[in-house]
Amino acid sequence: MMMADSGSTEEVAVIGNTDITSAESENNIINTMVERGTALLRKMEINVAEAEKRTGKNTVNMQETYTVYLIETRPAETIPEGAMPAAPDTLWRRYSEFELLRTYLLVTFPYIIIPPLPEKRAEFVWHKLSADNLDPDFVERRRVGLENFLLRVASHPVLSNDQIFFLFLTEEKGWREAVLDTGFQDKVDSRLKSLSAMFRVKNPDKRFTALKQYSDELNTVISQLLRVRARVADRMYGVYKVHGNYGRVFSEWSAIEKEMGDGLQSAGHHMDTYAASIDDILEEEEHYADQLKEYLFYTDAVRSVCRKNELIQYELEMEVQDLAHKKQQKEELLSGTVRIFSLKGMTSKLFGQETQEQRESKVAALDQSIHEGEETVLQKNKECKEFVRSAWEDIERFKEQKDKDLREALISYAIMQISMCKKGIQVWSNAKECFNKM
Amino acid sequence: MSVGALKGLASSGQKPITEILHPLSAAEEPLSVTVNVGGDKEAGLTNGTPVETSSPASASSLFNRLQLDDDLEADVRDLYASTETRDLFVTVDDPKKHVSTMETYITYRVSTKTTRIEFDLPEYCVRRRYQDFDWLRIKLEDSQPTHLIPPLPEKFVMKGVVDRFSEEFVETRMKALDKFLKRVADHPVLSFNPHLNAFLSAKDLNKRQGLALLTKVGESVKHVAGGYKLRARPAEFCAMGEYLDTFSQKLGTIDRIAQRILKEQSEYLTELREYGTVYSSWATSEEELQRPLEGVASCVKTCCGALEDQSESMSQDFLPVLREYVLYIESMKNVLRKRDQTQAEYEGRLEAAILRKQEDRTPMPVEVEKCQDKVECFNADLKADWERWQSNKRQDFKQLLTGMADKNINHYEKCQAAWESLITLLQDKQTEDKTSETN
Repeated sequence: MMMADSGSTEEVAVIGNTDITSAESENNIINTMVERGTALLRKMEINVAEAEKRTGKNTVNMQETYTVYLIETRPAETIPEGAMPAAPDTLWRRYSEFELLRTYLLVTFPYIIIPPLPEKRAEFVWHKLSADNLDPDFVERRRVGLENFLLRVASHPVLSNDQIFFLFLTEEKGWREAVLDTGFQDKVDSRLKSLSAMFRVKNPDKRFTALKQYSDELNTVISQLLRVRARVADRMYGVYKVHGNYGRVFSEWSAIEKEMGDGLQSAGHHMDTYAASIDDILEEEEHYADQLKEYLFYTDAVRSVCRKNELIQYELEMEVQDLAHKKQQKEELLSGTVRIFSLKGMTSKLFGQETQEQRESKVAALDQSIHEGEETVLQKNKECKEFVRSAWEDIERFKEQKDKDLREALISYAIMQISMCKKGIQVWSNAKECFNKM
Repeated sequence: MSVGALKGLASSGQKPITEILHPLSAAEEPLSVTVNVGGDKEAGLTNGTPVETSSPASASSLFNRLQLDDDLEADVRDLYASTETRDLFVTVDDPKKHVSTMETYITYRVSTKTTRIEFDLPEYCVRRRYQDFDWLRIKLEDSQPTHLIPPLPEKFVMKGVVDRFSEEFVETRMKALDKFLKRVADHPVLSFNPHLNAFLSAKDLNKRQGLALLTKVGESVKHVAGGYKLRARPAEFCAMGEYLDTFSQKLGTIDRIAQRILKEQSEYLTELREYGTVYSSWATSEEELQRPLEGVASCVKTCCGALEDQSESMSQDFLPVLREYVLYIESMKNVLRKRDQTQAEYEGRLEAAILRKQEDRTPMPVEVEKCQDKVECFNADLKADWERWQSNKRQDFKQLLTGMADKNINHYEKCQAAWESLITLLQDKQTEDKTSETN
């Protein structure tokens, strides 16, 4: 079975190649993104290379310690043999700036499923893993997560063209002002409204309803999976570590033996090796957990697109309702009948009819209002259709990406498991050899 | 070793010998080296036999053996392994439940195959219960106080805590009884004991059961002659004593570690099972990912099964053998104590005799000489048994520990195979998609 495009970098592991490491597998995901080929990625390579601790005064003039991440960008060109690659352009960003960028994107592109940031605080940890934000392992995993975020945005057909995003990668100093200048914060309110409001849409779009349901299910099941996985990791840790006790007792026992001594002693060392091996195994598995977490957080982004659609739909319905109401009012004014109760109608009944002039001016005002209303409805309708169209395009893209990424993640998880089994076989085979020499 | 079906234990009944196929009937014949005893039935009974001839295998036949097997490793010459020198084969299997008005108990089939002239027939097949094994052991201890008698599995089990008729309990006990009998049969002195002969061949042991009521303590008291106190245990026996203490301690530690591992594994299994079901549940809300997720769930399930097997094996095969060795060590310590008593008696009598000699010039009494012989004999037997025990211990633990390693390797191999087949499944699907994309 031949790969479709064998000329470019391999997209996926070759059949039966279980020796591929999970680092290589991660690389495959990145290569996939690059292959997708946005204009931006064709132009530049993006890395989050390092993390550093800084201290400084915050907004309330208190000392704080925070981490900054080094973003490297480099023109994406093939380097001739033997030549050194050009030095990258670099700038430092802290997590809160990433958050600001993401909020900007959320508001500016409400119909796009915006890639999530890695978690701010460590969750779903198994007991040996630190939940401390300044822990080097956590910082390292966050660095990878931030790089992943940037690559996701850079490989998105719509988001990659955004100027603010480009400036984020290239302008260290002036970026903050540039973002605020866009005035995106005004739209933040509407966004919050869409997320929290309790409105009811009369004719919900069935596709969006189904999508929201799926997204909620996915959120639940991935949370569950991460929780159980953490418990499994804890238990596995216990099993491996207890074997270290064999190392000690075999060593003590070997001291009183003559012929059996050497075999026992060396077997004991292998038991120590076995006990120690779990640390690396579980560290590697965190990578898989991070891949799952990314999609857990993605479900929030999906949900918010669905909610935004509901909001737009709702606003359209409100406008339509409002227009119908106005038309009815006009009709009543013209025909003189009062079908709809209004205070004006009642007072005019009680205190006498209006003059012909008064009535005509009212009708004119209503006409104007109706006209505006019709324009608004047309516009809102157009907005709605446009939103649905572009949102659904992105949703299809997202679905494909999700299926591909999660399948890669499962493959890489299986590879990790195989590697763990191989290590186990190796250690116990070594121990068996020692026992045989007893 | 064949194991009879345990579920729904059949009723009792002894088949005639001709109908029973001996489990060892595939063993090699004929046996080349015959043991040189010449009908000396007393060899196993008295305490006074000196070192070299206490073992029926005389020095010359031992030399012959070496000539024949000179390119074999020392441990192959070990009494368990080589079949060329053995002429007595015993097996314990086929447990059956017996229900009578008075009690319910289990009997085991004891099969014997031998060319020894001490036995009237070449083959025997009898049924024995635990009580009978216990009787044999007491008889052996009585009649061979200078020798180390292999241990039996625990006699008493707490009713309500352990099910005496469960498959696992019966199987574990049967394996231990089989081991016990094999060790006795392989012992150059014990195997010629007439009580063993009776145990293996007599239709009915009941008449001799009366003595089973006497406790071991009661019996061993017979050998404590007048409460003599030992002044000093000779260095080599001290070393043995110390070794046994430390060894026993280490085995205890290993037992605790193994139990702890089993506990951790059991909790791990609980979580792992739930982990698998979450993948299954996720699969129901997916389309493209349904098969891969089901695949992962199935892999996890396979790994659970593999771990269950390994845990069961540790608990059924590993731990019982470990515990039995602790009992073995206790037996050995007892023998050491008895030896001490014998020496104490001798020294006591000797002192008394010397004092009397100084007073009235009577010659050294015969009892003192007999005591001296006893001590020397005891020491020699003990040393020989110790060597044998050490050698067997080495084999046993080599087997036990390599077995443990094998079970672990087995477990990982099963898991690896499951995950590898999943990858093939996942990657096949990928190339399927790719080729369909390009078409």
